[in-house]
Formats: sequence, C-alpha cells, structure tokens
Amino acid sequence: MANMAQAIRMALHFAEKNYELKDIFGQDVGAPLGGVFTATQGLETTWNSTLDERGIIGMAMGIAMAGDRCVAEIQFADYIFNTIDLLKIAGNTLWCTNGQYNLPMTVMTPVGAGIRGSVYHSHSFDAWASRLAGWKVVMPSTPLDAYGLLLACIKDPNPCLFLNPKALMRVRGEELLPGEPADERDLKTRIDAPLGDRTKWKANWPKLEEYLIPFGQGKITRAGEQITVVSYGRHLLVCNEVADQLAGQGYSVEVIDLRSIYPYDWQMIKNSIQKTGRVLFVNEDTEVTNFGEHLAYRATTELFYHLLAPPRVLAGKNVPGIGLHPHLEDNSVPQKHEIENFIREICAEVP
Amino acid sequence: MAKKPSTKKSTTKNNFGGLDKKLILQIHSHMVKSRVLEERLIKIYRAGESFFWIGGTGEEAWGVPLGMLGRIGQGPANDYFHLHYRCTPTLIAMGLEMKDSVRLMMNRSTDPSTGGRNFSNHYCFPKWNVAPVTSPLEVQYSIACGTAHVQKRVGKKAITIVTGGDAGTAEGDFASGLILASRRGQELPMLITVQNNKWGISTGYDGQHGENFIADRAKAFNIRARVIDGNDPIETYLCVQEDMEYIRKTGKPAFIEAHVSRLHGHSSATGANKELGEVDPVTEFENELLEADLLTEVQVKTIWENFEAEGVRATELARSEPVPTADSVWDHTYHANENADWRKF
Ligand SMILES: Cc1ncc(C[n+]2csc(CCOP(=O)(O)OP(=O)(O)O)c2C)c(N)n1
Repeated sequence: MANMAQAIRMALHFAEKNYELKDIFGQDVGAPLGGVFTATQGLETTWNSTLDERGIIGMAMGIAMAGDRCVAEIQFADYIFNTIDLLKIAGNTLWCTNGQYNLPMTVMTPVGAGIRGSVYHSHSFDAWASRLAGWKVVMPSTPLDAYGLLLACIKDPNPCLFLNPKALMRVRGEELLPGEPADERDLKTRIDAPLGDRTKWKANWPKLEEYLIPFGQGKITRAGEQITVVSYGRHLLVCNEVADQLAGQGYSVEVIDLRSIYPYDWQMIKNSIQKTGRVLFVNEDTEVTNFGEHLAYRATTELFYHLLAPPRVLAGKNVPGIGLHPHLEDNSVPQKHEIENFIREICAEVP
Repeated sequence: MAKKPSTKKSTTKNNFGGLDKKLILQIHSHMVKSRVLEERLIKIYRAGESFFWIGGTGEEAWGVPLGMLGRIGQGPANDYFHLHYRCTPTLIAMGLEMKDSVRLMMNRSTDPSTGGRNFSNHYCFPKWNVAPVTSPLEVQYSIACGTAHVQKRVGKKAITIVTGGDAGTAEGDFASGLILASRRGQELPMLITVQNNKWGISTGYDGQHGENFIADRAKAFNIRARVIDGNDPIETYLCVQEDMEYIRKTGKPAFIEAHVSRLHGHSSATGANKELGEVDPVTEFENELLEADLLTEVQVKTIWENFEAEGVRATELARSEPVPTADSVWDHTYHANENADWRKF
C-alpha cells in the first residue's frame, strides 16, 4: 500500500496528466529533492521557489488569476503564518470582484505534531484555516483520502487548502488507490527517487484513475451507538484505535472522520449525535477558539434536546509552542489515554 | 543615483518628443477626463453620497500613457495590469466610462468592478486583464509575478504591469516581486513601477529611506531601471513605450520610478482638499499645448465642459440605480454561488 507521501505524489501526477496542472512549486519542491517529505518527486511540472512564503502564495494567486491551475507548497505550516493576509485576499478575491476572478489554486502544507518537531515543526493550522472565508479546507487521515481530497482540491475552481498531517506521511493505508500496483515494492521502484544521483531517474507511473472525495463529505470509520467522536488527520487514527480498544470493554463508539473542515459534513455529525446523544470533538490545534468549539457550539444550540451530556472538545493546550522534550509535547497535544478518559467520562454522565 | 535623468523631457522644447499631434491631444483629453472624474468623485463624497474617496489626482501624466500603451484584452496573450488605488488615469486611457467609476464610488450593485462591495478606485476588469485593486498595499507586486509567469509560458510577448506607492515599498512583498521577477534565467516579462509622491499618509519620504532612489533597489537585481518625471506625460509616454518594447523583446523586467504629485492629499480621510505647492500635471501640460498652439482656449473650455457634463450624467444615472441587497452577502464566496453558509451545510 502507498504511504501518504506517495499518494500525494500520485495525485499530483494524475492532475498533471488530466487536469492541466501546470505548476507545482515551493521550497525544495523540485528536483533533486522533490520535497522535504518526498511528496513531489518525479513530477514534470515541479520547480523550486525562492525561500519566501509570501512570494509563493502571491505567485500562486497570479497564476490562478491568469487561469492556470497550480499547487503551491508551504514547506511546514509553521511558516505559513506570514502569508495569512495573502490567504485572506485569495479567499476574498472572488467575493470582492463580485464573482469575476475565481482562483483555482491549491496550497498544501504539512501540519501538526507527532514527529518530535519541537516549536517550529509542530504547528497546526486547521483552526486558523477555518476562519479563511472563501477557501475550502481539507485534512486527510489516510493515503487514499489524501489522493481523493487532493484531486478534489486541484479540480475545484476555488482556493483550496490541503493540510497533510506530517506524522502520517510515511504511514501506509489499508486500501489501494485506484490504479495503484498491489505490490508495495513494485510501487517503490517505480515512483520513489533513488538515493544518490537522480539526474537520469524518471518515475514510471502506474496507470492511475480518478478518485474524488467531495468536499463536505465525512466518513464513519467506526459505527457505534453510545458516543460520537469527531476528528480528522492524525488524531482520527488515534480515535479509531481507542474505539477498537474500548469496544472490548463494552463501549460502542462511533468515529467520524470529518476529512473536510470547510465546508463540513454537518448532516453526518447531526445524525450521529441524534443517535448517540453524546459527542467529543478531537483535534490538536490549540484549544481556545478551536474549530471543534464551533462544532460543539453548533451541537449544543441545534441538538440540545437530543443530548445526554455536554459536548466536549479535546484539543491542544493553549501554550505558545510544542516543546521538544516528550514530556512537553505529550502534555500539549491530545494523547490516546486522554481521548479514552474523555470518552469514559462522557459516557458515564447521567442527565 | 539610479540612472542619469531621462533625456526624454518634453521640454526639449517643444516638439513633444516627436509624437503625433493626434496622440498628444488624446493624452490631454484622457488626462482632463480623469481629473474631472476624480473631482466629481470628491464632490460625491462631499455631498454625503459616498463613504470614502481615494484616487489619482496628480497621477494623470503618468497613468494615461501607461493605459494607452498596454496591449489591452483578456487572457495571458494580453498585458496584465496590477494597479493600486490611484489608477483612474490608466483606466480612463483603457476605455473606462465615467459611469462605471461613479457606480463604484456610490456602491451601486451596477458597479462592474465590485458590485458595491469595495472602495472607490478599487477597480477590477477581467475583460482588460485588470486585476482587482486591493487595499492591502504592495501585495500586487508578488501576485503580478504569477500572471507574468503564465505569460512567459504562453509565449505571446505579453507583459505584466504593476504599480504602487513609494511608502509601501518598505513592505516585504515589494522585495518579493523584485526577486521573483529577476531570477537569472527565469526573468519575468514585467514592467514594475512605483509612483513616488513622496508621501505615505502623513509620513514623508525623507527619513524613511536609505536608498537614493527606489529604482536603485531594482538595479541591485540587475533589473533595468530608471527614474522619470511622472508629471510629464511625454517623457512618461516615451519611457514606458521604450521599456515595454524592451520587455517584449527580451522577456526581462524593467523598472520605472515615476515622480508624481498628490493633488488632493491622501484621501477623503485627510480632507481631499487641493494641495497648493504640488505641480498640477494637467494644467501644466495644457498650458504647454496652448503655448504651442496645439489647442485654443475655446477648445480647452469645451473639453472640460463636455467631461463635466458627462460626470453629472454619470452621477444622475448611478443615483437612480439599485444598491446591493442585504441577502447578497454570501454571493460569490465560492465559484458558481456554491453554498458557503455553514448554517446550510
Ligand atoms: C499593508 C497596509 N498597511 C497599511 C495600510 C494603510 N494605508 C493606506 S494607504 C497608506 C500609505 C501608502 O503610501 P504609498 O505607498 O506611498 O502610496 P500613496 O498612497 O502615497 O500613493 C497606508 C499606510 C494599507 N492599506 N495596507
């Protein structure tokens, strides 16, 4: 099975061939490296940008304004913050021009902790991104979803933000991408750049097929009756694990992978909460003005009379950074045992 | 110093740079039209019929030739214009009708640039490749590199033009633009310009700059650069024409720092009163034309009166037109009006 970096690469290749994607660029995105996570190796339209995040986003906006599709990478979300006002402008250009200039651009950036990345390789961006009106924002938890969501982003006529959890870049999925060779080693020899001299290397792409995940469509990854857990990205996999573990102890946990942060699948969340009466929102962005808070607010106001317990949000602590020592990181972003404790607590509440 | 002062002064008396009489009179006519329009916008503001005025009085001699010389049309085979909020003269030269500027000023839903959503002079015309003017200063310098990148790929010798103010050049985006436009072997076909009126809002040029000329910064990136008198339309015309030819021929960028006036202060926020002591490029040029017998007093009077009348008609028209409806706030958040309101997800 492909890992997420390979899935991203394959989506980009598919888009080069089928969606007229003409520019994939960012810091170290082109040859010889093909991206710090190898997600852009072997592609035809990659190029190395200047080391200037605002320049990257500005360039992407101009390319999109001239009608071409592009994917721009910000090497780590930790360094996207100085582009926020350009991201705002990209998001409001169609609106400000009363529908005249749409910007078909995708920005992808690795997010989150989990690799002992310390203060500036651990930032999350989902809560910030949810405030960028005019953007569509997605965050996959599996390679297949990464493939389907990235293709949806590139094909979309609006600015789209693809947040890839950096801790999952080497994690393999459980499902093949459409057209992916079944043999993992075969895939590797075809599309992973060799170590050493790469000047003569060319990827030998498998014959991939289109696979699009519509925006605003979540996925129930564990069906359950007692509590709804809504997450995305890296923590979705942790929630799955907890649900499996607790199943052995008689808990019935429904896990929803939101996948798309904006627009989001309210109908799926709503139907699930109406069934379970209990809900926990889990993500690793900082907890104050967190996107989970918006969902919890909505669950409270719209589903109040269906609830058996107050909706809860488990998110990153509102601290200035993720410290390098594991004691610091682990006490800053949600851990497996915390998710488990929250679920037990919420399930134990009696109205 | 960035460069020897230009030798293209119109006052190399006074054959107007050898330009054709019809062209010279066209430049004058556009300059007057732009001025009359902007003064009309200020009147609309004063009458309480608009919330804010910002515009291009004092930039006519610079802006008009720029608009006349571009290759106008839609798509990357034509020139792109990434303008700032003092570019009415350029738009007039490109064919802007007064009524469309007045509609923007009066936030009518008929405003073709923003549908009543944004300030005066925040133009947007895809049919002429005019990118939306943004309030955040200088972001246009890096965005412009994107359209130039596509034009280079398309290979039709079209160029991207970008304008902005002097104070804003302190923003990083200005440097981003210079760097992206000038990478060796990957130069972009861009005319990068700065309209230096020696002011931010109230902060003067002196004391904020260590470089002798802003154009010197472009030189550091091996961009061909010059400083011109942007209050002289003939000098501007000849220099812009020459630089555009150079860019189309070489595919490389050129830079112009144009020294211009700011005739009504920064905006309505600072009163929009006529500044004494600034050169008025429209009357200066007009006087030269009168002196050279290219125009008579009677002709001049008629030109002004006709544009005044057009401005009045435009105002009356805009007054009678609809404004945006309250429930249109979500429109165009996403392409094709796809729902963006979370209440409806
Ligand atoms: C990024 C940004 N910062 C501040 C402002 C507020 N502001 C509007 S115009 C202006 C002065 C601009 O001066 P200059 O760049 O010289 O252009 P001019 O208005 O003189 O043409 C300021 C500070 C803004 N619009 N954008």
